Amino acid sequence: MSKQVLIVDDSVSVRQMVEATLKSAGYIVTAAKDGLEALNICKARSFDFILTDQNMPNMDGLTFIKSTRELPAHLRTPIVVLTTEASDAMKAQGRAAGATGWMVKPFDPAKLLEIAKKVMG
Amino acid sequence: MSIDMQQFHAVFFEESQEHLEEMEQLLLALDIEAPDSEMLNSIFRAAHSIKGGSGIFGFDALGSVTHIMENLLDKIRKGQMAISSSMVDLFLRSVDQLKDILHSYRTNESIDWASVHQLTQQLELVTSGKNQQEADLEKKQGYGFFPKTESLPEDAYGFFDKPAADDSFGFFDDTVEADGFGFFGDLPAAVGQPAQSATESARAASAAVFGFFEELLEPGNTKNASENNPGAGIPAFSPHNIVEIKNLPDPPVTIPTASPVAVDSFEKTVSEKKDPEQKQPIPKQKPADHVSVESSSIRVDVAKVDQLINLVGEIVITQSMMSLLGKSLEGALAEKFQAVANELERNTREIQEAVMSIRMLPVSFVFNRFPRVVRDLSTKLGKQIELLIEGGETELDKGLTEKLVDPLTHLVRNSIDHGIESADVRRARGKNATGKVVLRAAQQGGNIVISIRDDGGGLNRERILAKARENNIPIGENPRDEDVWQLIFAPGFSTAAEVTDVSGRGVGMDVVKRNVQSLGGRIDIESRAGQGAIFTIHLPLTLAIVDGMGVAVGDQTFIVPLVHIVESMQPAAKDIKTLAGEDQLLHVRNEYWPILSLHKVMQLEPQFTDTSKGIVVLIETTKYRFALFVDALVGQQQVVIKSLEKHYKRVQGVAGATIMGDGSVALILDVESLALSVNQTAHLAIAV
Repeated sequence: MSKQVLIVDDSVSVRQMVEATLKSAGYIVTAAKDGLEALNICKARSFDFILTDQNMPNMDGLTFIKSTRELPAHLRTPIVVLTTEASDAMKAQGRAAGATGWMVKPFDPAKLLEIAKKVMG
Repeated sequence: MSIDMQQFHAVFFEESQEHLEEMEQLLLALDIEAPDSEMLNSIFRAAHSIKGGSGIFGFDALGSVTHIMENLLDKIRKGQMAISSSMVDLFLRSVDQLKDILHSYRTNESIDWASVHQLTQQLELVTSGKNQQEADLEKKQGYGFFPKTESLPEDAYGFFDKPAADDSFGFFDDTVEADGFGFFGDLPAAVGQPAQSATESARAASAAVFGFFEELLEPGNTKNASENNPGAGIPAFSPHNIVEIKNLPDPPVTIPTASPVAVDSFEKTVSEKKDPEQKQPIPKQKPADHVSVESSSIRVDVAKVDQLINLVGEIVITQSMMSLLGKSLEGALAEKFQAVANELERNTREIQEAVMSIRMLPVSFVFNRFPRVVRDLSTKLGKQIELLIEGGETELDKGLTEKLVDPLTHLVRNSIDHGIESADVRRARGKNATGKVVLRAAQQGGNIVISIRDDGGGLNRERILAKARENNIPIGENPRDEDVWQLIFAPGFSTAAEVTDVSGRGVGMDVVKRNVQSLGGRIDIESRAGQGAIFTIHLPLTLAIVDGMGVAVGDQTFIVPLVHIVESMQPAAKDIKTLAGEDQLLHVRNEYWPILSLHKVMQLEPQFTDTSKGIVVLIETTKYRFALFVDALVGQQQVVIKSLEKHYKRVQGVAGATIMGDGSVALILDVESLALSVNQTAHLAIAV
């Protein structure tokens, strides 16, 4: 069965790019435009992998992750934060929020698939 | 697998353009004394989004500028740096340049790298401007930013364990221990490494990824990673404590602004961990609206909408033909037919309104550019000016809004340059030193009225008259003020005492008037010496369809736009007064209305020449009122406006033409211009 991926990013172009890339590899992709929308989606269903941007209006990525981790269905969902800075502080925060990993922006489609494969097998 | 990145470019360009517009507006709205933190966040996010996308899609020039802007904005929003008006200036200039760069990428033009570098240098300079104080502040606050890596030599990374390691992504130890994700360890090389710039990361991203995964599985690393528990903040195991001590957070520090973006200190994150709702104020600012609008709208080519409007126009004509046909039927069937025809008419009208509304845009699309225009101009001219915008939500046909930009810009510049006096002069005249310009839009019936009002010196009657004489423009004896004001619309007319940098360089008010006229509009001026001037533009709400009353003169039918009609009547002979000459007045309820005979204006052979035999239609225009004398009323109907200019030429007193239900052509009267040909002073003489 195809794996289900949730992509959360406020930028339409980035969202489209990630979506197209993952779809091309056979994943089923759901997209959300900010943390709040993503959280509402997560309350209703589960995913095999969640990829979220950090800087977004309404609700940022880390807050979204923290809230999502409180949902029983998402205790174990791999969640990767997209960030433009891979600083210690950022990583510590990511870890504290309950993220599984991080990925630095910019990235290319190959890198994205690499990670998706690593996470979901 | 290959993904064509090009397909996302158009969306990225649109999105970036919107971010830039938003940034500009927010920057202009920002109160430098007490900047709103949510506004700063929104500006930051806009720069951040552009940077993120341009990295992915390879638009380096955009990325390099927004990257530094983002750094600077980050310092400002975290209170590490105070925003100043010169910074806002720099940001605005950056926005301008980003727009240019975006345009270059869009049109595949080459990037002006020299100016990009110049700008990035300027931004860098400002960003690093208060380095020392900042370093102290960072220490006190327990967090901070590493110097930008671009300025560091490449081998600055040699300092770390595994300089070649790919830090472009990684996995944390899972916080829920025995859940099967234990094999994701932290990456030692990642810990204690300075923040990477976008370009550095891009470089790192292209490095081999497999080395990283090997490391990941090293048991020692996993152990280290698990020791690196979140509560400890910066890990102690790293051999580079010297670097890290500098960044060790002090005990909990209050962060000045409650930023919803959690890139601040670690303590903050932890202490508020259990209270995500409180930590996450939902921004009420524009960006939120902006996003929701975006997600519920689609982009459609205007040409498609126009085609739809044209087709609806045709349906309107067909429908009116059908109604006409129905009238020639008789009996029970006719009744049924009429009921159906009425239903169709209602539906047609609704379709029409719905379709027209697709093309409608709020006037704010035009108005929003003016805070910037005013800001730039007032700085340049050294005048203090406050701009007020009212009625920005008023909707106007898209075609009209776009063509309004130039005339409005000219008028606003004109008000600021010629209207508003310098602060000294204003003080001397007992006025507030800050001049006021009010830009206002409102709907009045079937018209949109846009006015530009300033509280400056007003138009100078004597100077305009002198200038008119100089230009050999014919003027009557002791002309009325309104006529004098209209003189400034004459080609090549400029009364500015001296030609300034801002206006008065030949592109005159005549162009403004022509532009407005080409939109089917009219421009009026009111002025009071010493108190200011009001320029008012009247525009039709839409260019395509009008509710009209058919009136007959001889064998011709004309359409009078319904919005202007007060009432129609057959006048009694006793109510008609004839003045010296041929002017006639109609006495209605204690008021006198000048009578205009349509057959005279159109030079037709009428059925009646005696006013009391025909019909008068009382018409009220935005400024004047008059009674239009015609032979008969034909009936009320909706008509599709077809341009007469396009197919024939501009005719005085005619706004356009339409095709009637029976296939004949009827002219649509332009009552505003007809009103001007009426002797407006005659009735005043009697009425007073």
